[in-house]
Amino acid sequence: MEAEKYQIDLGNLMASDPTHHFDSIPSSREELTKACLERGTELVQAIANSLFALPSTDDPDGPIVRLPQPTTKLPREKHLPKPKPPTKWELFAKMKGIKQHKKDKRVFDEQTGTWKRRHGYDRVNDDKDIPIIEAKLSDEPGEDPFSKRKAEKKQRVEKQEKNRLQNLKQAAKAGALPSHVQLAATALPITGHKEAPKKASKEELENVAGMAATATASGGKFDKKLPGEKPPKHTGKYRKFLPVVEGKGMSSQEKQQTAKILDQLMSKSSHDILDVNKAVTMFNVKKEKQRRKDKERDSSSTASKMKPKNKSFKKTSKKKH
Amino acid sequence: MLKIKTPKSQRAKRAVEKRAPKLVENGKKTLILHGTKTSDVLNSVLTQIYHLKRDNAVKYTKKNDKIRPFESGGETSLEFFSLKSDCSLFVFGSHSKKRPNNLVLGRMFDHHIYDLVEVGVNNFKPMESFDYDKKLTPLIGSKPFFAFIGEGFENVEELKHLKEVLLDLFRGEVVENLNLAGIDHVFVCTALSSTTVFFSHCALRLKRSGTAIPRMELVEVGPSMDLVVRRHRLPNDSLKKEAMKTTSDQHKKKIKNVSSDVLQGKIGKIYIPDQKVGGIALSNDIKGLKRERREAKKMKNGGENEAKKRKTESE
Repeated sequence: MEAEKYQIDLGNLMASDPTHHFDSIPSSREELTKACLERGTELVQAIANSLFALPSTDDPDGPIVRLPQPTTKLPREKHLPKPKPPTKWELFAKMKGIKQHKKDKRVFDEQTGTWKRRHGYDRVNDDKDIPIIEAKLSDEPGEDPFSKRKAEKKQRVEKQEKNRLQNLKQAAKAGALPSHVQLAATALPITGHKEAPKKASKEELENVAGMAATATASGGKFDKKLPGEKPPKHTGKYRKFLPVVEGKGMSSQEKQQTAKILDQLMSKSSHDILDVNKAVTMFNVKKEKQRRKDKERDSSSTASKMKPKNKSFKKTSKKKH
Repeated sequence: MLKIKTPKSQRAKRAVEKRAPKLVENGKKTLILHGTKTSDVLNSVLTQIYHLKRDNAVKYTKKNDKIRPFESGGETSLEFFSLKSDCSLFVFGSHSKKRPNNLVLGRMFDHHIYDLVEVGVNNFKPMESFDYDKKLTPLIGSKPFFAFIGEGFENVEELKHLKEVLLDLFRGEVVENLNLAGIDHVFVCTALSSTTVFFSHCALRLKRSGTAIPRMELVEVGPSMDLVVRRHRLPNDSLKKEAMKTTSDQHKKKIKNVSSDVLQGKIGKIYIPDQKVGGIALSNDIKGLKRERREAKKMKNGGENEAKKRKTESE
């Protein structure tokens, strides 16, 4: 009878009494609490009745019952795991009807006459075990077949890695990336390639260290040298002041320097006065314009008659053929 | 360019897999945090909720100024925290002149806000103010009972919603097997009016009743408070549909050689390969075939015969 009166969700150990209604809410807090707990006790008893009625198995810690599934549906925390989309190879294999066969992990190695792993360390038919490669006609002279084989293997591994990344990208698009895999961007998407931070070269480091060492009041003269540190490359002053006052020998130097600069400036502007190239093109353009004008004047009288005539002639010639 | 990133240690891998979406989910974690301003009451409400859920909750103690769950753009940092701490339930406390002692209870789906209920806290009584036998103190992580009293939980939209959120917040993990000796507490929620719910937490005392079913007695252990529903936001339909998908929708994997019958129940088939008795190679060292034993047996038999003979002679 009680079970009919209350709604019981045994999976959540929950009972609710939808019929109860307070006629008048008790004024004092204690009375209210007492009234609520009374109703609560009834409900809990109702849950307990159906709970203890379930078949139980004895355990040293106490009787254990198997709870039914909760009837109150509550939302999930995360979406259901999505199925992984097939890889490119799986699609291809399906199209071609290729089926996978189970292979033994251990294979008999005829070279050594022992059983070995199919893959991995100390595996069967390992390229590394072959000490001699027979020369073929197609071999290029001067090429090391061992290093060639190594390079080919490396390429195959790289290709496989590329394929794997492509398949994972597809899976990520479908939202079914394996939980332990993350695809991290190594470059910014808009600006294109962001190069990975390059390791500073030895030379750059030396330059920077030299600059830092000379950035003192004394130009690094009194600083302690680090072991292996080279002396700064450019010691001394960059600028040289020539004497302004005339003296013996030196007097002409400054004059020469300024004269040289002035000459350079003058020669540059002198080119501007007559630019030969520009003059030639200007002359050419003028000539061309003149020629076009003359032509137009001629054609205005004759060309209008000539054109249609020409056309008709072509057409007739076509028909004749 | 993309790079494949995988955890480098087993521990990291386990941690990542723990957070991944699963068919059967683990219990929801709760994030407890507060806004820029809180009151004394709210502080203790938050700590006590944390205390009730200590096995599966994370509590933040710093102020958070950018969280306004009901406003658009105000949920960004909340969703970020949820992602960081892998929590899909949250309890957010704030206190303002307009909404004093405000508590926002909410759920997340896929680290985005699923639904929200805002309640005000009145008449709060902390755990410390209750006097009871300390032996009855509920253990952390034990499965609670729930009692929802009142027609409001059926008729009024807000209370119906609040009921669901409260159930989700406190129910803990969904279990298959329950130890009956471990049931020790109950949450009693009573709808006092169309907006007010009296929430209290009681310990259970199981008394002998003379039958197999014990008589239940409730001892209030706190906290208890009145929750006044203010604003609430239901999930939108498409999100709800997505979130309500369960594993039972997916068909179960077929178990080989097991079938069920109406009359006989579960039936299993067992295949036994042909024994090939004729082809078995007999080993040479069968006990009975050993030479010494054969001889010893002969001797024994002979000896007995002799003894018998002697016996007969003596007689």
